[in-house]
Amino acid sequence: MHKLATEFVARGADLELVGIRKEYPGFTAIENLDLHIPAGEFFALLGPSGCGKTTTLRLVAGLDEPTSGKILIGGKDITATKPHERPVNTVFQSYALFPHMSVLENVAFGLKQRKIAEPMPKAQAALDLVELGHLALRKPQQLSGGQQQRVALARALVNRPSLLLLDEPLGALDLKLRRQMQIELKAIQMEVGLTFLHVTHDQEEAMDMADTVAVMNKGRIEQMGAPEKLYDRPKTVFVSKFLGQSNLFVGEVVESGIESVSINVSGNKISVPKARAENQNGTIAIGVRPEKAMFHEQEPQRSSEVNLIGPGEIIDIRFTGVSNQYLIEIPAIGNVTVFAQNIGKSPVVELGAKVWVSWKVEHSFGLADLPANTHTESISVV
Amino acid sequence: MAFAAFGQNAGPSTVAPTKSGRVAWILLLPGLMYLGLFFLTPLFSLIITSLQVPDASGEIGRYQYGFAIENYWLVIESYWPHIIRSFAYALAATVLALLISYPLAYFIGVKARRRPLLQGLMLTLVIAPFFISFLLRTIAWKQIFSNESWIVNSLQSSGLLASDQYLVGTPFMVIFGLTYAFIPFMTLPIYSTLERLDIRYLEAGADLYAGPATTFRKITLPLSMPGIISGTLLTFIPIAGDYVNASRDFLGSTETAMIGNVVETNYLQINDYPAASALSVLLMLAILLLVTFYVKRSGTDDLL
Amino acid sequence: MRKFSFGKYALAIYSLLAIIYLLIPIAYTFAFSFNDSVKSNISWRGFTLDKWTGVCNQQGVCEAFANSVLIGVISTLIATALGTMIAIALVRYRFRFRSAVSLLLFLPMATPEVVLGAGLASQFLSMGTQKGFITIIIAHVMFCLSFVVVTVKARVASLDPALEEAGRDLYGSPAQVFWKITFPLLLPGIISAALLAFALSFDDFIITNFNAGPETTFPKFVYTAAARGIPAEANVIGSAVFILAIAIVMTVQIRTSIKQKRLSK
Repeated sequence: MHKLATEFVARGADLELVGIRKEYPGFTAIENLDLHIPAGEFFALLGPSGCGKTTTLRLVAGLDEPTSGKILIGGKDITATKPHERPVNTVFQSYALFPHMSVLENVAFGLKQRKIAEPMPKAQAALDLVELGHLALRKPQQLSGGQQQRVALARALVNRPSLLLLDEPLGALDLKLRRQMQIELKAIQMEVGLTFLHVTHDQEEAMDMADTVAVMNKGRIEQMGAPEKLYDRPKTVFVSKFLGQSNLFVGEVVESGIESVSINVSGNKISVPKARAENQNGTIAIGVRPEKAMFHEQEPQRSSEVNLIGPGEIIDIRFTGVSNQYLIEIPAIGNVTVFAQNIGKSPVVELGAKVWVSWKVEHSFGLADLPANTHTESISVV
Repeated sequence: MAFAAFGQNAGPSTVAPTKSGRVAWILLLPGLMYLGLFFLTPLFSLIITSLQVPDASGEIGRYQYGFAIENYWLVIESYWPHIIRSFAYALAATVLALLISYPLAYFIGVKARRRPLLQGLMLTLVIAPFFISFLLRTIAWKQIFSNESWIVNSLQSSGLLASDQYLVGTPFMVIFGLTYAFIPFMTLPIYSTLERLDIRYLEAGADLYAGPATTFRKITLPLSMPGIISGTLLTFIPIAGDYVNASRDFLGSTETAMIGNVVETNYLQINDYPAASALSVLLMLAILLLVTFYVKRSGTDDLL
Repeated sequence: MRKFSFGKYALAIYSLLAIIYLLIPIAYTFAFSFNDSVKSNISWRGFTLDKWTGVCNQQGVCEAFANSVLIGVISTLIATALGTMIAIALVRYRFRFRSAVSLLLFLPMATPEVVLGAGLASQFLSMGTQKGFITIIIAHVMFCLSFVVVTVKARVASLDPALEEAGRDLYGSPAQVFWKITFPLLLPGIISAALLAFALSFDDFIITNFNAGPETTFPKFVYTAAARGIPAEANVIGSAVFILAIAIVMTVQIRTSIKQKRLSK
């Protein structure tokens, strides 16, 4: 297995998409996409269904043609080449294992097409890598979902592509198996050093595995970066909602200091550090993650380092195991969600309790856009 | 699923039959008894008749029971050219029908998949010949290619046909007619397997460095093999027994007579029942051989 | 991005040509139903509607047609009832000798018509049965049966057995469940099987020829007429049946595609 793995090292190539546009009759799947994925990186395209992520993957694989734009792999323009001429392999969502061939024949297929010497031993080695060597002679239908997924992975990896495309490859697996496969997939990627382009709608999966995550929406990349950074500072309403949960507050900027920007939400002042605000005047939205907020039964001291709103009433408490989730209704502001880690005490407050909510100003983030339905001055999005 | 193309396309049942017992036989028996009485027994009648000998009176059409196995040698001796001709025509027409049908079925089942209206329209047109009498269609061809037609005239004036050569009555014309008549029987089963063909297999082939031709040869063709096999059976068997196309009154002549024509003449015109039956039994044996081969390959579950 | 290529359209053009090939004799038959022919309908002698308006003036055509319709209806009813029962048993029940039953149902479809015809004729001969209307129906039910089974079976197989179980769970007796749940759901399959059986029966010539005796049917009329020239009235009947059948199929197809469009929206 290690022999096979070492053959891959430093073979990954970088992928560049320049001004990609893809139109279908009646709608535009991808608007204007520029993207660079460095060699050897695990890159995730994250978004809801219909956002254009699978189309992007199919364009890279050559299964669809872009309306305009260029695709470069390792600096070479491959836009006009057919799929079988591209140094790219795909792990398909449904695996697409050929039902009339054995597992081994499936894995050897690409090698045989390229007339590579000793396809069978190499295919067997790839199957060993995914720990399925003993099932080589079975037909794909005789394997479990997880096993089929690994065969699909071996079938793609064995060709040592410059770029491996993964189209929601774990989507069909149950939760437990999915987590296990995520770990294995990540381990294999680290071992072989290939460039992975992973398409998924599962935010946890993307954050867990990828070096870089690009959040796609309506044919555009909304935001791109390391998972921690994306989570810590979402720049749009969509990203703040799609990647985890957020409380959002909308108001007019009333104060713009050296350090921070503040808005007025029904008489409450909410601030965000200037460096974390996309917009600094007019009406803006400021958000905070529910686990960064806390509540108090007595009104705390006001301070310029802390945003404080309330009092409100606890209208729902949910016990989810690792944390308790409180929904707090604050008059004239709306509902705010607060997560409190479950550290052994039973709920510290009861339903109907009167509480204040606070969080550190440095945990606020200012968004570039506003929530779609801002009929009131503030809105909480959970 | 050999003949599934004739029904609606329903996916194979994933649920194993669960109920058992006498109800099954109550449902099955009337139909099965019917087939026993009017399908199986006639086959035995055919064998018995094929062994009969002329009765003492010597009148035409009167036979008595016997064990004249020599009837078989006699018909083979007299009609071996017809037997060979039947299978040769059937083979030629089946191959031609396959060559015409496969691309057509591929277009309807794969290329037209995203346009259900076009797909439906084309399917309707493929089965359209079923809605008009088989005999009228064959007569139409006869008249289109008749000796006075402009087709024959222009072939003659261009020198492709001699001035005393015609099309009707030739093996070419008979094979042409047979091919035409059975194209829908070839197209529908192939269509029904191609229609279920998952495009992602083809994409996976392309992704794994197979060009379009290789993808077709290594993936599309093997996956559509069930359709090809049932289409071939559905075409070859009726063609081997057909006697309309090869008949003198339709596209053929005495030189193109097939087994079916011999059986018809012997049975209905000169009333030589044993000879007609012996030939039918021989034809049936050849077909059973083919079906056995098919069952060995695919099992009985796929028959219906 | 790629250049226009002939290869891209080659398949479409090939398919179009194949379809045209399939339709030529139909168009020809239709056109010649308007031919102002005297006896044989071979060369074009001018357009007339007379053959359509006076189709029954030609001796024997309408009688043969009516006979074929009657035989078709009776055979279809019997074959559909027997075949539907078998189809339900095949999908829903476990029983022994399943392979033998499958084989028995398959063989009539795989037997050349001339063998089926000659076999049945031999049996009628040895039993001393007079050939006629009844023997034609016996023959037609026999070769339609398997096609009904195949068509209905596909429909039964696509039915979720849980629907019937839900019926039982909601206090339906077996008979009520069958008539209120199973049968309505199977109906589309049964109807298409019946249409297929009727088409097969109506167009059959070879088997009928062996077992008809003096009785005549529309195909038999055409076959007999072929020797001396088929009258244009036969084209009229063929064309009329064709138009009716195509109209039914098109209506069903357009309706289902509209339904599907609605569902997908």
